[in-house]
Amino acid sequence: MNKILKIIFLLIFLTSNAVAGSDGDLKLSSKNNSTKDCFEPLNRATFAFNQGLDKAILKPVAKGYRSLPAPIRKGTGNVLNNLSTLITIPNNVLQGDLKLAGINTGRLVVNTTLGILGIFDPASEMGFPKYVKEDYGQTLGTWGIGPGCYLVLPVLGPSTVRDTAGMFINVMGGDPYYNISVNGNNEYLDGELFAATKMLTGVEFRANNIESLENLESNSVDFYASVRSLYTQDRANKIKNIQRGSVEVIYKEDGDWEEIDTK
Amino acid sequence: MKKIFILILFFITSLTNFNPAYSISPDVFIQSTVNRASQVLSENISKEEKINKLKLIAMETVDIKGVGFYSLGSARKSLSNEQKSTYSNLFKNYFLKSFSSRLAEYTNPEIEVKNKQILNDNYTIVKSILIATDDRPEVKIDWRVYTKNSDNPLIRDLIIEGLSLARTQKEEFTSILNSNDGDINALFKILEDFSNN
Repeated sequence: MNKILKIIFLLIFLTSNAVAGSDGDLKLSSKNNSTKDCFEPLNRATFAFNQGLDKAILKPVAKGYRSLPAPIRKGTGNVLNNLSTLITIPNNVLQGDLKLAGINTGRLVVNTTLGILGIFDPASEMGFPKYVKEDYGQTLGTWGIGPGCYLVLPVLGPSTVRDTAGMFINVMGGDPYYNISVNGNNEYLDGELFAATKMLTGVEFRANNIESLENLESNSVDFYASVRSLYTQDRANKIKNIQRGSVEVIYKEDGDWEEIDTK
Repeated sequence: MKKIFILILFFITSLTNFNPAYSISPDVFIQSTVNRASQVLSENISKEEKINKLKLIAMETVDIKGVGFYSLGSARKSLSNEQKSTYSNLFKNYFLKSFSSRLAEYTNPEIEVKNKQILNDNYTIVKSILIATDDRPEVKIDWRVYTKNSDNPLIRDLIIEGLSLARTQKEEFTSILNSNDGDINALFKILEDFSNN
């Protein structure tokens, strides 16, 4: 009950724009959906720190992970995806998509049982629709809460005020896996396993993007700004639930193109 | 008499079909462009040679000047003609180096054009997929094609999995200008350094 109260408080806090450090211009309403980089100097410093950490630890670990046999990587990815449905399902409900919540619940049951704790993905083979992750940041976005300022979190990377609040909801009771492993009283799961799972999620993401990030870094004149742009574009697409790569309003919103006439 | 008749018929047919240029459908244009690029990437030549060939394709098929002015955002409105000219040259060199270096990393990519959506007279979005391999999943790529001159469509943006490369570049340039008090010469220097390195 205490957790539910905390979550409600957090949501009221967000929707009422009560953000510390705001000079009154900072809005988290749907009227202002652009992402301002209010803390750019600090963000750039954190970004540089994260890059150092990445070069020293994450990238070498990700390369090591990539050298594992493909079936092991595939199985690990499946397990992590399966665990993420525990967060996706309540977010499907909160976004009013009860049908998808039902489908994802079915996927979770099938993959946890027949798929042996999610190592295999029989649900996809049975014809379940393609799995799309949802989180509390996205839900807040679909409720009309703007991103607020752009943030670069130590270790965790790019985020926004809204998305960081979404992450807090996870540890305030919104993530059943966290509740069971960290707060639950059982002999199989604990906080260390939860932390290891989250680290593995980061390693897997990094391993899947080694070349693309290298390519982006070497061909950018401002790598920090490139990452910020890609992050904010990606989040905006996810909140609008635009199927990646489809022609949607995003193309029509950018009126700047109409002014460019080189003929 | 028969020959004269045939000649007249030929002449009339020629007149009615007279068309100095042929309109190219944006999806056909994209498929043809990616086929050319794929062919270069699968050739057994050095990376430098591939980059040079890709640059030639880019110069023919991409509206580099248009992408450049888009990338500059609102700053383009305050440039003098001389600055615009300097910027266009610097951007061209930067773009060709950046674009071809990015592409040259791929070997034999197979891109299949799926369909197109006309946004207005000036723009058509062509949807395609980079076919999956054992190493990477399928990637959706959309192309913003500038169709104002339908005889000579040009690429203005690539939207990879919903992420616009032109918009990313625009935000990069805006960031550079903001951190240099809007001084365009700072951007010129960065573009020049990038091209020369």
